[in-house]
Amino acid sequence: MTNLNRRRFLSIATTLTGGIGILFSAIPFISSFQPSKKAKALAVAVKVNLSKLEPGSIIKVIWRGQPVWILHRSKEMIENLQDSKVDLRDPNSELSVQPVFAKNAYRSLKPHYLIVEGICTHLGCAPIEKFALATADMGPDWQGGFYCPCHGSKFDLSGRVYTGVPAPANLRIPPHRYEDENTVIIGETEDAENV
Amino acid sequence: MSNGQNQDQSMFSNTILKWIDDRFPLSSLIREHATDYYASKNFNIWYIFGVLSLVVLVIQLVTGIFLTMSYKPSAKEAFDSVEYIMRSVEWGWLIRYMHSTGSSFFFIVVYLHMFRAMLYGSYKKPRELVWIVGMLIYFCLIAEAFFGYLLPWGNMSYWAAQVIVNLFSAIPFIGETLTEWIRGDYYISDITLNRFFAFHVIAVPLAIIALVFAHILALHHVGSNNPDGIEIKNYKDEQGKPIDGVAFHPYHTSKDLVWITVFLILFFAAVFFAPEMGGFFLEVDNFEPANPLQTPEHIVPPWYLTPYYAILRAIPNKLLGVIFMASSVLFFVFLPWLDKCKVKSIRYRGWQYKLALSCFAISFVVLGYLGMQPATGIYVVLARLFTIVYFLFFLMMPFYTRFEKTKPVPERVVYKK
Repeated sequence: MTNLNRRRFLSIATTLTGGIGILFSAIPFISSFQPSKKAKALAVAVKVNLSKLEPGSIIKVIWRGQPVWILHRSKEMIENLQDSKVDLRDPNSELSVQPVFAKNAYRSLKPHYLIVEGICTHLGCAPIEKFALATADMGPDWQGGFYCPCHGSKFDLSGRVYTGVPAPANLRIPPHRYEDENTVIIGETEDAENV
Repeated sequence: MSNGQNQDQSMFSNTILKWIDDRFPLSSLIREHATDYYASKNFNIWYIFGVLSLVVLVIQLVTGIFLTMSYKPSAKEAFDSVEYIMRSVEWGWLIRYMHSTGSSFFFIVVYLHMFRAMLYGSYKKPRELVWIVGMLIYFCLIAEAFFGYLLPWGNMSYWAAQVIVNLFSAIPFIGETLTEWIRGDYYISDITLNRFFAFHVIAVPLAIIALVFAHILALHHVGSNNPDGIEIKNYKDEQGKPIDGVAFHPYHTSKDLVWITVFLILFFAAVFFAPEMGGFFLEVDNFEPANPLQTPEHIVPPWYLTPYYAILRAIPNKLLGVIFMASSVLFFVFLPWLDKCKVKSIRYRGWQYKLALSCFAISFVVLGYLGMQPATGIYVVLARLFTIVYFLFFLMMPFYTRFEKTKPVPERVVYKK
């Protein structure tokens, strides 16, 4: 006489064992999608010399294959930031990604240098620099900053996001440290905890 | 004498056929899916887009195979290898333009095919699975188009991939890790290009082919709908054949052949005379190699995805925008259960559905236009307005279809309407 309970138990047990086996054998394939050792090794720090960067100008360097901007803020730019009247979503960078030392209004170690990832926190486009005040295309209240052409997000000269635009957070500040007065290393910090 | 020869020949082929049939169900397959598959006599022009999408699928598979023979899936060589195909490979320009034009035509015929289903209620019982499998094909098609769009490694390719991959970063907690996992790197790199190539040329096409088989099997199991939205199986002759149906082969196939010819004339007119279609089929920014430092001034996806893109941009919140965009595509799947009306065809449905479907079609087209425009001023306001119309079509459907005043449905199919 057939034992139906036994048969059902064996069917379920076989299915479960096989299913778990398939799950485990999926691990190597899923893991192979992660950044490879080579990709990780290529994502090293870059060293930039700032001695030729004039106030008010910006240079773009590539770190981890992505644009990082170094803006030498002029006196007027810093003054404008101090009495900024624009509505910011995250003025104190509570919800944004930056090393601890950059959690201030300038979002930097030194007020006159802004070192920021040039990648919109919305969907990753490269925002455009719009430093002139109150231009025709940006409107009379424009305080100078960055504008993302993809979906219209706006950021001030500290990379802080405006309200009413799709980007959820301020532009990311990469880990960085100054080797000397004029040399910055992007991708490393003094303090390991800051990364 | 010639008669005797013919007889000999047919006896010979009959012997071969019998030999095969004893080992493989060839004759019965042909009977089941062609010569004995009965579809309604009153099909109109809306019923050609299924066959046409199969034609485009074959074009894409064949041209795609030949393109892979000359294309190099690496960040250093991809852009140049596409130019090499265009300039140096014999007839390479034709093969590549057929493939790029084919992707746009694929979406044209699939959108018309889907609209046909919405006109005549082809998604309703008992064809829910035909519809769902069809939607899965559509999702695969979007994935296929997205993966393929990166391969030329132009600047628009690059930034479109950047934007779409970053959609996943909106997912709380795992978002950033997930995007890194998709890219296999910290940015859209050679590694990303290589894996997108693998998806584009093998993984997704395999899925599409399998799903197309399932789509056709399910359809032939329940039978085709028709412009009257009634079941032809209800009236059969003495031999058990539907009175209002004719065999798919040779009757529907010979009619389809005429439309395939017309389609190919239009298709090759585009291939030969307007392969870029004024920037709709091939975008200007994509004639520049990928540049990670420079987003194109005006970044847009290909035209067939701009309605969803407009919805994404209309929502001033990243996560919500992504949720709205995803649900705008997913809602189609639930049509069979959102639509409470018993009558299938729009010919006999009330004004409510006619109005709703018109509003939906208009909002889809207008959103498609808005998705190509910059996300500023009046364009955003309009996009928000039409996003509301788009979602109301689905969300209100259980209510307005329930109280529809329908016309009496005929017992037998109607001709010359």
